[in-house]
Amino acid sequence: MADIEFGLDTFGDIPQTDTGELASHAQAIRHVVAEAVLADQLGIEVFAVGEHHRPEYAISSPETVLAGIATQTERIRLSSGVTVLSSDDPVRVFQRFATVDALSNGRAEVILGRGSFTESFPLFGYDMSDYDTLFEEKIELFSRLLTERPVSWSGTTRAALHDADVFPKTESGHLSTWVGVGGSPQSVVRTAQYGFPLMLAIIGGSPERFAPYTDLYRRAAEQFGTTAHPIGMHSPGFIARTDDEAKEIFFPHYKVMRDRIGALRGWPPVTRAEFENEVEHGSMYVGSPETVARRMASAIATLGAGRFDLIYSAGTTPMSDRMRAVELYGTEVVPLVRDILA
Amino acid sequence: MHSLTEPKQATIGILGAGKVGTVLARLAIAAGYPVLIASSRPPAAIELTIDVLAHGAEATTASDAAGRADIVILALPLGKALPLDGVETLPVDELRGKIVIDAMNYWWEVDGVRPDLTGDDVTTSELVATALPGSRLVKAFNHMGYHDLDEGARPAGDPDRKAIALSGDDVAANDVVADLIDSLGFDPVDLGALAEGAVLQPGRELFGANLSASEIRDVVERAAA
Repeated sequence: MADIEFGLDTFGDIPQTDTGELASHAQAIRHVVAEAVLADQLGIEVFAVGEHHRPEYAISSPETVLAGIATQTERIRLSSGVTVLSSDDPVRVFQRFATVDALSNGRAEVILGRGSFTESFPLFGYDMSDYDTLFEEKIELFSRLLTERPVSWSGTTRAALHDADVFPKTESGHLSTWVGVGGSPQSVVRTAQYGFPLMLAIIGGSPERFAPYTDLYRRAAEQFGTTAHPIGMHSPGFIARTDDEAKEIFFPHYKVMRDRIGALRGWPPVTRAEFENEVEHGSMYVGSPETVARRMASAIATLGAGRFDLIYSAGTTPMSDRMRAVELYGTEVVPLVRDILA
Repeated sequence: MHSLTEPKQATIGILGAGKVGTVLARLAIAAGYPVLIASSRPPAAIELTIDVLAHGAEATTASDAAGRADIVILALPLGKALPLDGVETLPVDELRGKIVIDAMNYWWEVDGVRPDLTGDDVTTSELVATALPGSRLVKAFNHMGYHDLDEGARPAGDPDRKAIALSGDDVAANDVVADLIDSLGFDPVDLGALAEGAVLQPGRELFGANLSASEIRDVVERAAA
């Protein structure tokens, strides 16, 4: 288990400033860049930003944010988490990430997903009822674009391509590409079919529950004759000096976000007891560095994961608390997890 | 996992091999039921998934599962079961006379915006019942999140046992489904007629509930007050 990679992931949630007001979208984006710069200095391996199209989140264009981060960092890999491929154009996605790859000297990575939000569909003129077809066709086209050779393709979801060559080319000839999956078995099988690494979005319940999905991924890869890569997992969390401090800071800000999203989905407001249960037994890594490290190590070992990305921002959590969580993750949590798993 | 593994007589058919369908299949297998499961794709396309996620269940077509099963659980997207164009997608003839459990919810993020499924005066299960003339429809397994369902099965009498609420107009069918819920590791709470299931739907008091039987009864009482 020596080669586990650790990442941080954010959707650019609108934080409170140090005076307690909500940051603007622009401030929120600049703050994410500052957090990424710190993460790079601390030696964290990956920084991922996810696409949303809602007022609570500032990042709708992950690769533009990554481009900003690229020129201010040295080592950290720059990832999306996720790029909603279904409502995007695979050719443009490739071009934008190949550009980030150039700016970052080969550190760009894309995580493709279907997305658990739907705002991008009407925004870009897609019909939710084509959800499956859109992803199926576009991932197929994207996998061909990754060869970086001229592509001929036709389908129902975009204009056909005839021997189309797409630029810029990457220097390595290989744009790192993952697929993010939230629990649909069909998506796991599809990821294996294309031989992409699998990033499991585990945002509730015990991580053990996902062990069958890692088996499914490996067995499907075997059946398709593709490579089963080490799986990644991404889950939410927050780190402060002590367990109590982490929970006290995090819960009210998390609750604002969770209840707003939950109301759209018909869920009742989240209770403190549900939160405590999720922190204790589920997939919320909230607490002191020791607590978070212990729970992360256990989840990583259970799933045999090769990568763990922590979604460190939730709701309106203040900027300075977020920055400290990034620092504690890099300076204490990651070394502790490595020690535990060594 | 609980230890209710003695073989059961009834065959369970599950239409839908996604998150909910595979969890229910796993629970039913663990409880000793023969399970048939189908998706919108050919059986061969889900065989591996079923072998890994619900080992022991048989992947087949929807009409075969509906025809051979004694109890059929609908665990597909509601928008696919009741498509906007009215095309019949459920095996209506095979489901005639069968106990059919509706575990579906209107979920605009999957189903799209469907005003026809969101009227205040009628539950989605009543719409499903109308689409399945002759079936004995019971609403159940819709209110609990699939990961709570996956982790929540406990033997009868366990202090941590959670409950699944059900509703349906056929009292005898409700009783059969209540027994099934119990076998799968949950306490059944029969709310009565199908329309009473409104409280289980998205936006209502029991949607997402991962509660004990007495807690569910309390919530229902408060909702009615």
